[in-house]
Amino acid sequence: MAIVATENLCKVYNIGSFEVFALRDLDLTVEQGEYMAIMGPSGSGKSTLLNVIGCLDTPSSGTYRLGDEDVSELADDELSTIRGARIGFIFQSYNLIAQLNVIENIEVPMYYQGFPENQSAERAEELANAVGLGDRLRHRPCELSGGQQQRAAIARALANDPLMILADEPTGNLDSESGSEILLLLDRLHQQGKTLIIVTHDDGIAERAERVVYLLDGCVKSQQYNRR
Amino acid sequence: MVLFRFKQTVKLGVKSLWMHRLRSTLTMLGIVFGVCSVIAMLAIGEGASREIRAAIARLGSSNLIIETVKPPQEQTGSGTVETVSNYGLTYTDAEAIRSTIPNVEIVVPNREIEQQARFRNRNAAIRIKGTTPWQREVESIKLKRGRFLSSIDLRRQLSVCVPDEQVARKLFAFDDPLGRDLRIRGSFYRVVGIVSPALHTTGGSDSENGAEATTGGGVVGDVYLPLTTAKQRFGELNYSFSGGSRSAERVELQKIIVQVNPERVSSLAEMLDIRAAIGSLLDRLHDKEDYRIVVPLELLRQAAHTKRIFSIVLGSIAAISLVVGGIGIMNIMLATVSERTREIGIRRALGARQRDIILQFLSETLLLTFTGGILGIVLGSLIPYLVTYFGNMPTVITGGSLVLAFGISGLVGVVFGLYPAYRAAGMDPIESLRHE
Repeated sequence: MAIVATENLCKVYNIGSFEVFALRDLDLTVEQGEYMAIMGPSGSGKSTLLNVIGCLDTPSSGTYRLGDEDVSELADDELSTIRGARIGFIFQSYNLIAQLNVIENIEVPMYYQGFPENQSAERAEELANAVGLGDRLRHRPCELSGGQQQRAAIARALANDPLMILADEPTGNLDSESGSEILLLLDRLHQQGKTLIIVTHDDGIAERAERVVYLLDGCVKSQQYNRR
Repeated sequence: MVLFRFKQTVKLGVKSLWMHRLRSTLTMLGIVFGVCSVIAMLAIGEGASREIRAAIARLGSSNLIIETVKPPQEQTGSGTVETVSNYGLTYTDAEAIRSTIPNVEIVVPNREIEQQARFRNRNAAIRIKGTTPWQREVESIKLKRGRFLSSIDLRRQLSVCVPDEQVARKLFAFDDPLGRDLRIRGSFYRVVGIVSPALHTTGGSDSENGAEATTGGGVVGDVYLPLTTAKQRFGELNYSFSGGSRSAERVELQKIIVQVNPERVSSLAEMLDIRAAIGSLLDRLHDKEDYRIVVPLELLRQAAHTKRIFSIVLGSIAAISLVVGGIGIMNIMLATVSERTREIGIRRALGARQRDIILQFLSETLLLTFTGGILGIVLGSLIPYLVTYFGNMPTVITGGSLVLAFGISGLVGVVFGLYPAYRAAGMDPIESLRHE
């Protein structure tokens, strides 16, 4: 079953008097449980596509179906709720909240979904243990290494058991050792049946993905299926 | 659920504020001082006005006080001639008021003379008050020991006196004053009772009250004498020497206190009617403006009015300082919002709706202002005590002022917190995530 289906997706930015097409008539489907990498040069529309798929941005035209719902014309509040409940984000610069410790950071998405505190704390601890941060539960982000921060961010992305996980250069800020640890973690998530969409420049990630989509000038230039 | 959200939001706010302790404290100070000054100023204002009202009330709300006023000097060509100026209230006036003005119950004439009193080797400057036994009633004088003057004292012109506590303490020190004889200008007067000191706040009678301080050469206090005795012993002439010429004044009475029947006359309008009646009566008896009529009830109204203006002025000054504090808060919150742009972006990506962001920042502002408000109330309640203790000024903290101060600080929080909160919520999540 396709959980992401876009049709004639366009995203146009008005810069002064002329229009810039970040996405141009883009059709893309992502199946449940798929591990997909999006690649392409700068300005090819990778980030824009990820923002639209992640419901952070709305398309200028075209339709975008997430699961069984057309989300291309939802209001801000509804998009927020969908982001919280169905999408897990992993960022290049981890984006943990500085004043919160690991457990509290993992709890943030659950808080906005209205989880009671005792439940969310319990689940946050489970998730932290699962990504190997069992001994760092009360540490602040500034007390963690980059790899540990990214693992906390992955745990946070899993908090509401989302439909898919979107990652933007998840290893971009890491040394190769921590980077490969993170990639192993992502592999494990894929094996558990999670849908992963990863924007990357890293060929190492592209090799691990089942499918690699190359973007150029806002269009899908080519697709490549890796055999495992 | 709502309670849980509230708890979480407050917890989060405390955490964020705690991260920037110094900044939060400095921001809060504006509110602390604002609230503090509201409470302290209202307390001082209220204390002052209560003192004034109490003083006026002790003059008696059903009394009219007629005082002798020295008329403007008539400059006759030659200034060296010895002249006797005749002015002021007379026994005739008192009698006329008593017999012709309706609803007048008691008329108490007062003859006041400043003299030296002696007991053994101790001296004191005193004010003799020649009066009648009813003085005690109309001025609510508190008897401390013995008795007040009686009608027999008055009729027989007995040499008795009733000093107030201050005079008694100064002259008799460790001796028991009752039954002792006090000497004033060569005559002896037996002390038959002691009263508590009276108030002299009839609007500051020009020359006398200037030097009323108990220290220095001023009078220590009052000694009540039967009016008849005072009249016989001291006469009505007062001599004074100024610039080489001698002048004398003849004044029969310094004051007439009139008490009306409180059952028939209660409103200010009726009091003013009686004042007008007395005024026109005295007008016929006097050929110059050498008296004035004071209505304590009217003073009371004026005092209330003055108090209101006083409170408004003090309140507005304090309110301005609160507004300034509020602007400080808004400034800091705007800085905080732009500093935490990225956090806002993260929260939005993780499912926070705009209203969640508004709530978060608004609750931080409110936490600041409410904590500031509470600290301000504590400090502001302390200051009046210090003012009373060190400045010897009465202060009254009313519950209303606490509620007002707290309410205003809450209002400041909402008003100055809303804009930064809305600004935070209105940010584009993608832009904020990109923010460094």
